Amino acid sequence: MGIRKTTRMAKNSSPSATAGRKANRRHPLATVALIVIGLVSTGGAYALFSSTASADTPAAVSGAASAAQGEKLFAANCATCHGMNAQGTSVGPSLYGVGAASVSFQVGTGRMPLAQQGPQAEQKPAQFTDAQVADLAAWVASLAPGPGIPDSKYLQGNGNSATGAELFRVNCAMCHNVAGAGGALTEGKFAPALTGVTAAHIYEAMVTGPQNMPVFNDANLTPSQKSDIITYLKYLDTNPSPGGIDLGNLGPVSEGLFIWIFGLGAVVGVTIWIAAKAN
Amino acid sequence: MAHDDDGGTNAAAGSAIEKSEPPQASPGTAIVASDAIANPGLPPHRPRVTDLDPKKQKQAARRVSTLFLLSIVGSVFAIVAYIVFPIRPGVPSSIRLNTMFLGIGIALGLVSIGIGAIYWAKNLMSGEEMVESRHLTRGTVETRSRAVEIFQQANEESGFGRRTLIRNSLIGALVATPLPAIVLFRDLAPAANPVTLLEETMWKKGTRLTQDPFGTPIKAADVTLGSVFHVIPEGLDQVSDKLEEKAKSAVLLMRLLPQDLHPQPDRESWAYDGIVAYSKICTHVGCPVALYEQQTHHLLCPCHQSTFDVTNQCAVIFGPAKRPLPQLPITVDSEGYLIAQSGFHEPVGPSFWERS
Repeated sequence: MGIRKTTRMAKNSSPSATAGRKANRRHPLATVALIVIGLVSTGGAYALFSSTASADTPAAVSGAASAAQGEKLFAANCATCHGMNAQGTSVGPSLYGVGAASVSFQVGTGRMPLAQQGPQAEQKPAQFTDAQVADLAAWVASLAPGPGIPDSKYLQGNGNSATGAELFRVNCAMCHNVAGAGGALTEGKFAPALTGVTAAHIYEAMVTGPQNMPVFNDANLTPSQKSDIITYLKYLDTNPSPGGIDLGNLGPVSEGLFIWIFGLGAVVGVTIWIAAKAN
Repeated sequence: MAHDDDGGTNAAAGSAIEKSEPPQASPGTAIVASDAIANPGLPPHRPRVTDLDPKKQKQAARRVSTLFLLSIVGSVFAIVAYIVFPIRPGVPSSIRLNTMFLGIGIALGLVSIGIGAIYWAKNLMSGEEMVESRHLTRGTVETRSRAVEIFQQANEESGFGRRTLIRNSLIGALVATPLPAIVLFRDLAPAANPVTLLEETMWKKGTRLTQDPFGTPIKAADVTLGSVFHVIPEGLDQVSDKLEEKAKSAVLLMRLLPQDLHPQPDRESWAYDGIVAYSKICTHVGCPVALYEQQTHHLLCPCHQSTFDVTNQCAVIFGPAKRPLPQLPITVDSEGYLIAQSGFHEPVGPSFWERS
């Protein structure tokens, strides 16, 4: 101990060693600076990622869809599971009466064709162009009557967002989270987040009840009420959280994790700094 | 124990006794005496760089004052930010800017004082280690007798012990003071019998099922396969205690294929062509159970993951709930609207003491 101290003292007194000493020894405020940098960069990065809105273009479903073209696409891509005439097989349901809205939602969001059997079909990049989706929808709709492509006047997001929010809290928020951030269901299934979903796909999901989502027909939620709900979801998309970083809007899980890691981490760091002896 | 072998020169007396005649003294005490860990005392004093190098000392002093100046900057910044970034009505993003900059300014003002003070104490204030002994808990004999004397004198001068009428009436007054509070708080309890309130809901024979939140009556034909309706009893808007009643009467309406339902014989008429109505209040702790999966026909409670099987009279198939959700018997009236056949046949929601 004594020897070490004397060598250090000797080093201190020699001017040539000053630079080396500075490089080796931590600055007294290094811990604090490190914590601040960590907090700011994590928070900043999170804000950056969470605020990156996806620039989805609404599916332009034109009236020029060709059922004949759709039948070919169906035979080539869907018939393995749903059968050549969409009558259904042991691995896929019949598509009679599902309507154009179902096809537009399932294929347009990339859920169909299914990548693999699992708890539920997951969203992935759409495999077909909007025109091809429209063709497929036209053919499936020609088989049996079903919910059609929604009227574009309900998709403008110009309804009453307050009414939409109330309806969303009553009908949707228990699964999709009050801020539309999604949530878990049973046995690996989940309600997806609704941020960045196109108005048409939201409307079609309500009308058709894809997978385990219940159906919300026009008697349950009228088209104008659906338009209000879309308006609310678009409002959430375009208005940032007034409280600052929303941490995914997942409530106590993400907020608790954040404060456990960064809040307690900062407390521990500061405590160690306070208790440590000065050089 | 190594001391025992050294003999009697400097070892504790206890170890010697232990060796010659063990039962005489408590062997435990003897061992502790010889094995006790010596008080290591304070570590040797180590001078800090600020103690040795006047240049370093000056530098540390400058840092402390810089931190305090930074605190002033933070406080001024907070005031400026509050004026420059006001909360504008109807602009949520202005709230974010306002609170963020205000917070940064105030935090800088407070944290800089704290860091500066600690840095000051660690680097510049006297660094000598010192020991401060605790004083004894028990006071000296003089202090204690003086305290007793003061009490006796006070008793003598006020006549508290002598004038029993004053003393007893004061005690009576103090006892009576909290009584109004007890009477007032007692009125916070429900006016009616709470057991009846818990057992009964707004549902009775002929009450129409209406949609939450706007109270639109529901036609049986509107409830298509796979649909779920969030239902409140008709007239909920007219009652004074709307939220209390809603918390008991909320119902979930679903339509399944009639062959998917497996009711027990006495409940076969409770559904209407595959349309079933179940209480939305979880039997565990009363969360709204509304996560309906239309393919599996499972109802999931979001609070504790209790899962109910709608095809099997909402029997519990997972989670902490113990009883199935109560079913509301429904039918249609002459106009085709869904109505309740009767109220619930059992209390809804979680268990309570008097629940039969």
